[in-house]
Amino acid sequence: MNDAMSRYRAITGHRLFWPAAVLFVMLAANTIYRPGFLSIELKDGHLYGTPIDILRLSAPLILVALGMTLVISTGGIDLSVGSLCAISGAIACMYISKQPDQSSLGVVVTALAMAMGVSLVLGAWNGVLVAVIGIQPIIATLILMVAGRGLAQLITEGQIITINSEPYRAIGLGHALTLPLAIFIALAAALLVAAFTRRTALGMIIESVGGNSMASRLAGIRSGRVIFLAYVISAACAAVAGFMMTANVSSADGNAVGLWVELDAILAVVIGGTSLAGGRFFLSGTIIGALIIQTLTTTVYAMDISPQTSLLFKAVVVIAVCLIQAPAFRARFSRRRRNSPPPAPVADKPKEQVPA
Amino acid sequence: MTTGTLTAGRTRFRLPRKQIPVLATLALLLVMYGIGVSQYTAFSNVQVIFNVFIDNGFLLVVAVGMTFVILTGGIDLSVGSVVAMTAMVSAALLQDGMPAALVLVIALLIGPTLGLLMGCVIHFFEIQPFIVTLAGMFFARGMCTFISGASIPITDGFWTSMSQERIGNPRGNFVSISVLIAFVVVAIAAYTLAYTRLGRNVYAIGGNPQSALLMGLPVARTRIAVYTISGLCSAIGGILLSFYTLSGAPLIAVGMELDVIAAVVIGGTVLTGGAGYVFGTVLGVLVLGVIQTLITFDGSLNSWWTKIVIGGLLFAFILLQRLIGIRYK
Repeated sequence: MNDAMSRYRAITGHRLFWPAAVLFVMLAANTIYRPGFLSIELKDGHLYGTPIDILRLSAPLILVALGMTLVISTGGIDLSVGSLCAISGAIACMYISKQPDQSSLGVVVTALAMAMGVSLVLGAWNGVLVAVIGIQPIIATLILMVAGRGLAQLITEGQIITINSEPYRAIGLGHALTLPLAIFIALAAALLVAAFTRRTALGMIIESVGGNSMASRLAGIRSGRVIFLAYVISAACAAVAGFMMTANVSSADGNAVGLWVELDAILAVVIGGTSLAGGRFFLSGTIIGALIIQTLTTTVYAMDISPQTSLLFKAVVVIAVCLIQAPAFRARFSRRRRNSPPPAPVADKPKEQVPA
Repeated sequence: MTTGTLTAGRTRFRLPRKQIPVLATLALLLVMYGIGVSQYTAFSNVQVIFNVFIDNGFLLVVAVGMTFVILTGGIDLSVGSVVAMTAMVSAALLQDGMPAALVLVIALLIGPTLGLLMGCVIHFFEIQPFIVTLAGMFFARGMCTFISGASIPITDGFWTSMSQERIGNPRGNFVSISVLIAFVVVAIAAYTLAYTRLGRNVYAIGGNPQSALLMGLPVARTRIAVYTISGLCSAIGGILLSFYTLSGAPLIAVGMELDVIAAVVIGGTVLTGGAGYVFGTVLGVLVLGVIQTLITFDGSLNSWWTKIVIGGLLFAFILLQRLIGIRYK
């Protein structure tokens, strides 16, 4: 084992190596295909360019994925985030559309507060189902995923609510310091979550609950409360993402807002290296995962391929990233580490087989 | 646990606890049907029930496949997309003038092949079923739009005759051929689960995969088999859907996997695996169908109430499963 070899292994073994490599390769491929891909220009004091667009459009996904990371880390999953996006957007837009002065800041703040309040209640509902009643997370949140779409349509009465509110629009399309405001909102949320989880014991507590909920309860951690909290945070993140999605188009469609965002978010989390079985979580990995997904979508749009067909590419990326990260796959294909134990039989890891 | 010991002391004949969810679904179905009959005179027409089967035949077939997967403790999110892909492929091939028999064979092979591949990845590389079938879902849906961005009508003679054939009295009460195919699938699945080795293995793996492995059961083969079965059922469902709509559309059956999972859960199958019946799934599909019929009959309720009611029912049934003490892992 020479020095260069061990350094190589240290780099490729880093948890962010593969996600970052995938992102880099995608950006490089885009630049080769379209040399102007990375160019950024300054217009009217705002920066414009494909990289900026990718950042702006990935903001809602980053938000949803942040909440999802915490939930998945506790060993759960939150399928209801897409519906929560639709509900929060619908409530905010519905309230604003009923007011005489839609551009008043007070109206927008009230609308946001109302929508956030309802989302927190729904997040608490998820939390109670999982942490108190003890329903499997995947099915507990499936309830709200199915019923939530209906609720969102109930709020908008099946219509697409359009609004004309400058402050609300700014959430999705506004600018600050030459960059889109959405980027800062996502960044602020990421820093907030990172500060609360990595600068306090909360992160470690969440990981211990995800690793073994019973053991951490015996160690004196109130597992129930931690799990409950994760679902509430996830709902709050989804609500803000819902504001952004509806603000982008200044309208709320109960059917379309946040459709499939839960799957994209789960994907971002998994690409980022957090195991669906719970335990350790990586916020930076999640953000890179969200950027990968948005870059993929933008690439497909830029190549004039139908948006639906981008799912084909997504499927390939999902499988590739999951296979690279799967220990069984690595063990099968890395012949170098012959001293390491052979791939563990499936039954040794029952936790890996049950998704949630 | 407590309910079991209490009732055991009092009476000798008691309801087997495992079957309470199925019986509750049956009761719910009867109550809902009773409400329908008492509210709307036309509801008592037998054709209403037949129509529920005609409209949900494909859902029933897909739900049967999903029952196998969920019984092993897995989940298959790809079913809706595979249904759409099968319908799309058949429509596209028929448009190119391929003979109907060949199209049927090809269409019926695609689903199981995808299922087999997903099963292999899930088993050999130990990746969660959720994420693998998610990729399968993306792949199949992407293939739909790759084949065509627009809906393709089917004008083939075999397909139209299958679509229009009415069994029974054409002017009175009738069912379509799809319903018969769905019943055949249900019967085969029920037999397989109850009386064959494969069926017992499915329950064993769902109950405890480690014990199943230690008992020497073929865990690998069974686990891959259930995803293949689910793929086959989705393919049959896709064919039935193309009989029903006489077209292949890239965005058809979006979100169907959720309806299917809801039907299986309402039918009393436990999501961690090991307990459940095909008969329950049939009841679950019927419950969904009757809800839709009730909402259509009412007229004043909007379609989104269907989703809210299904959500509420899901909650009620999961709570019921909890209360009677079927343990979740």
